[in-house]
Amino acid sequence: MSRRLAVENLQRAFGGVQAVRGVSFALDAGEILALIGPNGAGKTTCFNLLNGQLQPDAGTVRLDGVDIVGLPPRRIWRLGVGRTFQITATFASMTVRENVQMVLLSVHRRLFGLWTLAASGFRDEAMALLERVGMGAQAERPCGVLAYGDLKRVELAMALAGDPKILLMDEPTAGMAPGERQELMALTSSLVRERGLAVLFTEHDMDVVFGHATRIIVLDRGQLIAEGTPDAVRADPRVQAVYLGGAA
Amino acid sequence: MSFYLVQFLSGLATAATLFLVSSGLTIVFGVTRIVNFAHGSFYMLGAYLGWTLVERWGTTPLGFWGAVAAASLAVGLLGALMEIGLLRRLYRSPELFQLLATFGVVLVVQDAASWIWGSEDLLGRRAPGLRGSVDILDQPFPLYDLVLIGLGPLVLGLLWLLFNRTRWGTLVRAATQDRDMASALGVDPARLFTGVLFLGSALAGLGGALQVPREAVNLHMDMAIVVEAFVVVVVGGMGSLTGAFVASLLIGQLQAFGILVFPQITLVLVFLFMAVVLVIRPYGLLGRAEDAPPTAASPGPPLVAAAGAARWAPALLLALLAAVPLVAGDYALIVLTEVVILALLAASLHLLIGLGGLVSFGHAAYFGLGAYGAALLVKHLAAPMPLALAAAPLVAGLGALATGWFCVRRSGLYFAMLTLAFAQIVWSVTFQWYGVTGGDNGILGVWPPDWAAGKAAYYWLTLALAGGALLLLRRAAFAPFGYALRAGRDSALRAESVGIDVRRHQWLSFALAGSAAGLAGGLYAFAKGSVFPTLMAVPVSVDALVMVLMGGIQTLSGPVVGAALFHLLETEAMSRTDWWRLVLGTIILVLVLAFPKGVAGFVRDLWTRGRDA
Repeated sequence: MSRRLAVENLQRAFGGVQAVRGVSFALDAGEILALIGPNGAGKTTCFNLLNGQLQPDAGTVRLDGVDIVGLPPRRIWRLGVGRTFQITATFASMTVRENVQMVLLSVHRRLFGLWTLAASGFRDEAMALLERVGMGAQAERPCGVLAYGDLKRVELAMALAGDPKILLMDEPTAGMAPGERQELMALTSSLVRERGLAVLFTEHDMDVVFGHATRIIVLDRGQLIAEGTPDAVRADPRVQAVYLGGAA
Repeated sequence: MSFYLVQFLSGLATAATLFLVSSGLTIVFGVTRIVNFAHGSFYMLGAYLGWTLVERWGTTPLGFWGAVAAASLAVGLLGALMEIGLLRRLYRSPELFQLLATFGVVLVVQDAASWIWGSEDLLGRRAPGLRGSVDILDQPFPLYDLVLIGLGPLVLGLLWLLFNRTRWGTLVRAATQDRDMASALGVDPARLFTGVLFLGSALAGLGGALQVPREAVNLHMDMAIVVEAFVVVVVGGMGSLTGAFVASLLIGQLQAFGILVFPQITLVLVFLFMAVVLVIRPYGLLGRAEDAPPTAASPGPPLVAAAGAARWAPALLLALLAAVPLVAGDYALIVLTEVVILALLAASLHLLIGLGGLVSFGHAAYFGLGAYGAALLVKHLAAPMPLALAAAPLVAGLGALATGWFCVRRSGLYFAMLTLAFAQIVWSVTFQWYGVTGGDNGILGVWPPDWAAGKAAYYWLTLALAGGALLLLRRAAFAPFGYALRAGRDSALRAESVGIDVRRHQWLSFALAGSAAGLAGGLYAFAKGSVFPTLMAVPVSVDALVMVLMGGIQTLSGPVVGAALFHLLETEAMSRTDWWRLVLGTIILVLVLAFPKGVAGFVRDLWTRGRDA
């Protein structure tokens, strides 16, 4: 049986810099896989390769056995890969609710309508999603004025609106207070259980990583150096060397 | 052989002037991100001031060159003054608002120059000591042009030294890369911008003053040069001085030899060239992606469909307008008909600018295509008016579909310049294809049939068609299509990652805007009874842009308010005074300073503030 996501030998260079070299890993439904590594290890590049924003120089990315390399981001999204960004990207001139409605309109291929009102389409679905991520009370506020942590939540609701099989979350809790972080990750965990999602996320906060990931892969200078359960990774001397800086 | 050499050299001399002007433009744009329409006006002022000073002192070489330098410095000071008195107050406004302000300056300078120097062409004194010509392979070549040819590289060298070897230059480059960072490092952006405006304007003034011995000084120099300078800047790559230099050389030669090789299309050769360069190289010859300007329109507050009583405002307005013929005379109806047509033109452009963040400098092309589409059907096929009016949006829409396919593949000012290029191409085809379009004689006798011939009847017809189209455009803005367009403007990254094909939405909105402008054009043709190539020329595109910006781009009512305001002011000023440009320009400047969010934006802010209080 094919894995939900199977990445083989992914390569990508920028000029002379090999940002990602030979990365392979797999992800199954129900898993929360953390991708960690020091700054510049190639985490965001990996994400961009997975959702089609960047094209790999070599390697394959299979979603349920189908190679998705070379497809544009919007096609990969339609196949079930949702994403939140390291630096949040929302539609600043719309309200929180409209941001989610936009995604729902896209899901139902209603984007070219010239007559129906966008703000009344899939309103209840949008509100339900916003309630789920704790943004129901702020649904009518413009996205442009939200606090950063709230934007992260809106992004999560937008990603969920696409009913993804896989959720790529690039630093989902950056800019949040510690309490908020645990809350958001607990929410993510319950979503994974409810929906049978597969989550791949990056994170700098090790409490979040070790508290919520079911499995961890460690990237250093473009290469995977360790993979395993949180306990195994914590004990791995190579990981300690990377994080504690040349101690090995 | 020698003939070609001389032609080559005169191309180089043209290139030198082009480079002086466009280097100033690219420097100003690079640092301030202002699309400075007034740059051409500074060039023209340089020429006029140069003419006056050369008349006074230009009998000796020292006097002549002193006059040129003084004219350049004086224009530089005017540029600095414009920064301090006007632009500085607008840095927090939407970026396009500064463009509107500089357009106000263009109008004011036009009339000021006409008032001071008169409207006659002025022939300047030749440069003392350089009056003669040298023989190059037995062909005479003006000595003065040889000096100009040397001046281009000299200025490039001096600018290079200034930007790479002085502290001020380093700061300017830093501010070009990252404005916020530069001010975080303690650079006072205001002073830096004043200096940059001084330098850029002085270069334009220098270019103008140096033209005095070569060609007659006149009131049309400003628009001609500013369009060419923008072409040079875009072809060379924004922010690249070397690029501007190379592009000046290429375009100088294109003009020198183009007239020999393609005499029929000389008017568009430069624009064709720019279109080809941009299609092949997205950021110009030497431009880099990271120097490309960001999309011009910044996301505003959410669009809200008016609630409560205000929801009926459009219907009420329509009813009021429909009742006007009961009380008004023919003249008022003619003006109002024009207002309604222009409101549709402005609203169609607003669809691109306000919702799509796509600033078009060539929207007149589709207005003109609609007008000519209708007029040609009437003239060549004796089509009845309803058929001609139905064809107008179709022809324009198809034209927009074809040209838009290329335009939406570029963004920011590159998009704007591509739209301008296509508009110029359409214009010159119309202008030079005498057999079909009648050239600049236009097409006459495009009158409505009897049932619509009365001023009131045609007004009602216009109101029904244009009003209906306006309501459709408004509805589209609130429909998923308009939302998806805005989504692509707010964050193309996010839009693409939730399945929105941003480019396709932009393309279709370009076609939709084009066909709405086409309907406006068709209505205009029958309102006037004739069409001329000027309908699709640059001034009409600029007028449409000004209407949109005057009204404010962040509201849907903005373009309608702007069109009414602009056209009524223009008509009123024109009928009362010869100095209507001065009046209109001053009003624009006052409006810009008093309402930095546009008139409709201002009213809406008042409204919301009143409601929240």
